[in-house]
Amino acid sequence: MLETARQYRRYEKSPVDETRAFLEKIRRDTFNAFITVDEEGALRDAKAAEELLKSPDAGALAGIPVAIKDNICTRGVRTTCASKILSEFVPSYDATVVRKLKEQGAVILGKTNLDEFAMGSTTTLSIAGPTRNPRDPSRTPGGSSGGSGAAVAAGLCAGALGSDTGGSIRMPASFCGITGLKPTYGSVSRYGLVAFASSLDQIGPMAPTVRDAAVLFDAIKGYDPLDSTSVPRDYTPTNLDGIDLKGLRIGVPKEFFGEGLNPEVEDAVRSGIAVLEDMGGRIVEIDLPHAGYGVAVYYIVATAEASSNLARYDGVRYGLRANDALDLGDMYARTRDMGFGPEVKRRIMLGTYALSAGYYDAYYRKASQVRTLIAEDFRKAFSQCDIIAGPTTPVTAFRLDEMIDDPLSLYLLDIYTIPANLAGLPALSIPCGFDSLGLPVGMQLMAPHFREDLLLGAGISFQDRTTYHQEGP
Amino acid sequence: MKAYDAVIGLEVHAQLLTSTKIFCGCSTKAGLPPNTSTCPVCTGMPGVLPVLNRKVVDFGIMLGLATGSRIAPRCIFARKNYFYPDLPKGYQITQYEHPLCEGGSILIETAQGVKRIGITRIHMEEDAGKTIHDEKAPLSYVDYNRSGVPLLEIVSEPDITSTDEAVAYLRELRQILMYLGICDGNMEEGSFRCDANVSVKPAGSARYGTRTELKNMNSFRNVQRALQYEIERHIEIIESGGEVVQETLLWDPSRGVTVSMRSKEESHDYRYFPEPDLVPVEIDSAWIDSVRSALPELPFARRERFIGQYGLPAYDAGVLTQTKAVADYYEECVRLLDRPKEISNWIMTEVMRALNEQGIPITELIVSPEMLTGLIALIDKGSISGSMAKEVFAEMVDTGESAGGIIEKKGIGQINDEEELRSLAREIIDAHPDEAHKYRSGKTGLLGFFVGMLMKATRGEANPKLASRIMKELLEE
Amino acid sequence: MKITDDEVLHVAALARIRLDDDEILSLRNDLDKILGYMDILSSVDTTGVNPTHHPLPLVNAMRDDREQGCQELADVLRNAPQHDNGYIVVPKVIG
Ligand SMILES: [Mg+2]
Ligand SMILES: [Zn+2]
Repeated sequence: MLETARQYRRYEKSPVDETRAFLEKIRRDTFNAFITVDEEGALRDAKAAEELLKSPDAGALAGIPVAIKDNICTRGVRTTCASKILSEFVPSYDATVVRKLKEQGAVILGKTNLDEFAMGSTTTLSIAGPTRNPRDPSRTPGGSSGGSGAAVAAGLCAGALGSDTGGSIRMPASFCGITGLKPTYGSVSRYGLVAFASSLDQIGPMAPTVRDAAVLFDAIKGYDPLDSTSVPRDYTPTNLDGIDLKGLRIGVPKEFFGEGLNPEVEDAVRSGIAVLEDMGGRIVEIDLPHAGYGVAVYYIVATAEASSNLARYDGVRYGLRANDALDLGDMYARTRDMGFGPEVKRRIMLGTYALSAGYYDAYYRKASQVRTLIAEDFRKAFSQCDIIAGPTTPVTAFRLDEMIDDPLSLYLLDIYTIPANLAGLPALSIPCGFDSLGLPVGMQLMAPHFREDLLLGAGISFQDRTTYHQEGP
Repeated sequence: MKAYDAVIGLEVHAQLLTSTKIFCGCSTKAGLPPNTSTCPVCTGMPGVLPVLNRKVVDFGIMLGLATGSRIAPRCIFARKNYFYPDLPKGYQITQYEHPLCEGGSILIETAQGVKRIGITRIHMEEDAGKTIHDEKAPLSYVDYNRSGVPLLEIVSEPDITSTDEAVAYLRELRQILMYLGICDGNMEEGSFRCDANVSVKPAGSARYGTRTELKNMNSFRNVQRALQYEIERHIEIIESGGEVVQETLLWDPSRGVTVSMRSKEESHDYRYFPEPDLVPVEIDSAWIDSVRSALPELPFARRERFIGQYGLPAYDAGVLTQTKAVADYYEECVRLLDRPKEISNWIMTEVMRALNEQGIPITELIVSPEMLTGLIALIDKGSISGSMAKEVFAEMVDTGESAGGIIEKKGIGQINDEEELRSLAREIIDAHPDEAHKYRSGKTGLLGFFVGMLMKATRGEANPKLASRIMKELLEE
Repeated sequence: MKITDDEVLHVAALARIRLDDDEILSLRNDLDKILGYMDILSSVDTTGVNPTHHPLPLVNAMRDDREQGCQELADVLRNAPQHDNGYIVVPKVIG
């Protein structure tokens, strides 16, 4: 991305040509990364970027072709959330992140595939069909931002936006061998992100390298008065030179290396941590005693919020509506039956149950209290270390024909990513090795609120030292 | 027949007079074409987020202070989940745990004296849109212009024990809201809406009876009728050995009965939970103080002050403080001209008549306090008579001209200017030396002739008494 | 814990989702299993622990009472399944 930006400035490449090249690659895409490709809009953006590049003030993103997860609203371009219920929905406004990207001259190629309403870990639960992992097309790219992950891994875009509620950026980044950042809750506006779980959702960048992810992150972060949970503060640009790891205390939670972790994944992650140590980092063993409750807490809180967030899909103002309904109640029930897939229904049911009379205290309230304990664990841990390192996922990309059909087992794949969402912490996944099948393994780094500079800095330095991120499929 | 006590709790929804909606920048203006005062936020488009209008909190604090409520140092919003086509998000953003205000009260006057009615809570929430049901086709039509208009919900304690008290409470609450300038109080148009919980119990019993919820009472008269009907209905059921069913009922004003609203035993489990898209509101003493300092005097206190400060009869004070605008108008007049009782008389008669005839509030009256006091000052000086003044006032109301202007243009009024009359009189005497001589020789009957000449010279507008005195003085010099 | 069919149907009614018999059965099994797993939370002592509803302790995010302009009527209606004279039209509300 940075190289392309330099080439634009030396007139060795033009945004229009570059965009055409990407669009051509997307046309030949066999991984099913996109739900909607906006060729016309992309070329329009590219032409505008050529004008913009004549100014010395043009930013690093001017003319850079990017892809947007299809749960982020784009004015005039269909935004489906991979759901039948929104299959024809065309937003009348741009999400704040999209507006920011456009203002900085980025070229928006189209909208990438996901699990319906970002609920899933495989990018198979989609009206557009499954996305395949460019590392091995028989495998899942992970989810729910699997379309963005695959598009980046396959070189169909220079970078992409995903959304991460319980690991939906980091898991596909890990499975596809790319970089993915879930920013601090409140550092990137959620305005225009179709809500799954409001207190957990966060938009973030997915890119081939940490540097590219940092450029995208810098472009989208910042206070937004349209999002009440957006944090007003100074957002300084990331130092793209990396940081000196000498003396950096790297916390390794033993809870992230327990039962269920694939040994090959563990080996790769431990070797990644060893690289950080080698670069001067100091390893500190830390405790996150309540992290093990994360999955249970998450699937109560997230589904409770989702059950409410998805109530608006009722066939009244937009989206699918069941025909020939007897009355309004019948229209609601049939629309929502037809419009939502089984996983979305399952989560709406779970969340409705957790909030319903008589169960609120035992489920929703209890989970929200344990959430406090998990956040406190991190606070204590960060008094002993500067960043935390561990695996992103317990396994590598699995085969689509060996799909786990038990929902609980799938939920448990989020065990290492969920705690950062519950505590609102920034978390980065970067490639740190491969398993015996050559499938990429992701290492997850976490930091205190708003310390993306540490994560990205460490990530940049790590990638300057290693080649995992360059070993393509 | 046993005696029964009624127990009534009232829930009022007051639409606030902010310029914009509670969570978006759309106008709150009513009467616009359907769905034209909407945006992605108040139509619940995917991906949108609410941002709280600070003025709604200010208004809530105002009412909290006016009712002696505790203002929560920290309050939060919640989602109330239910499906209805005019509720665009499938939930209403409201407050549940930790509302803005708790523990207030309102004083009402009853036949037994002043009574305190407790206010359990006051909270902020968003209004829904409007659904119109087609008479012929099996269709309903939805307009979201009202969706997101800010409301304060005011919940009373079950302290109200009669329909009269219920109406007195509502009148007082409405007057306070209007005094604060935060609600226009229009019941017919729904900016002041009332639901009621009603139950009856044998007189003196501590146990509450089963309560029913009443909706759709859009005037004080309908509140009175509906509550009366419902209390009697409960008593009848109990008397005949039946049991009151807990349900929600709609008042049908045309038939004068309450009808059950939900046909099925539909559960309303609203699944309240804290609104994740909005952060808590923390209200410190500085915020409360700044609102308090801008708080207008409330009706009860102002009434008392008018009696004490202006020496008005209680009747006058009551009439003048009926609305804040009239009371403000009155006080501005008194500030300009220190004639409290005269001004009161004018406002209670001529001004009120003009308002009634034109069907306008006093704020739209073309005759400003300056103009009214200008007129009264002219009467005081004797420039015009009281009856002339009424005509002049009528003209002022029609034309918006000042009293002086009208008097001058029409040439009405009295010439009271001694100097002017004196010099005119001299001219007349000088012009009639023979008659003057005769007068001075004893023919005093000629005074009538001279005064007549003076009146003629002023086209009859000289103050006759003054004219006569001046003429007499000059002739006898 | 065991979820009954009635509970599944009650929750589905609250969520306004129609379920056929197969879905009731599979959802009952799924919910049973998932909620069974959630029971690990009951072993955590949360006495005196405040619930977290926001990951960051923000307060007082508010805007001024200033009009920001509305959207075009066409934008309101663009995605509407049925509309008439500016109104969104739905099947009649019954009960
Ligand atoms: Mg209410
Ligand atoms: Zn709006």
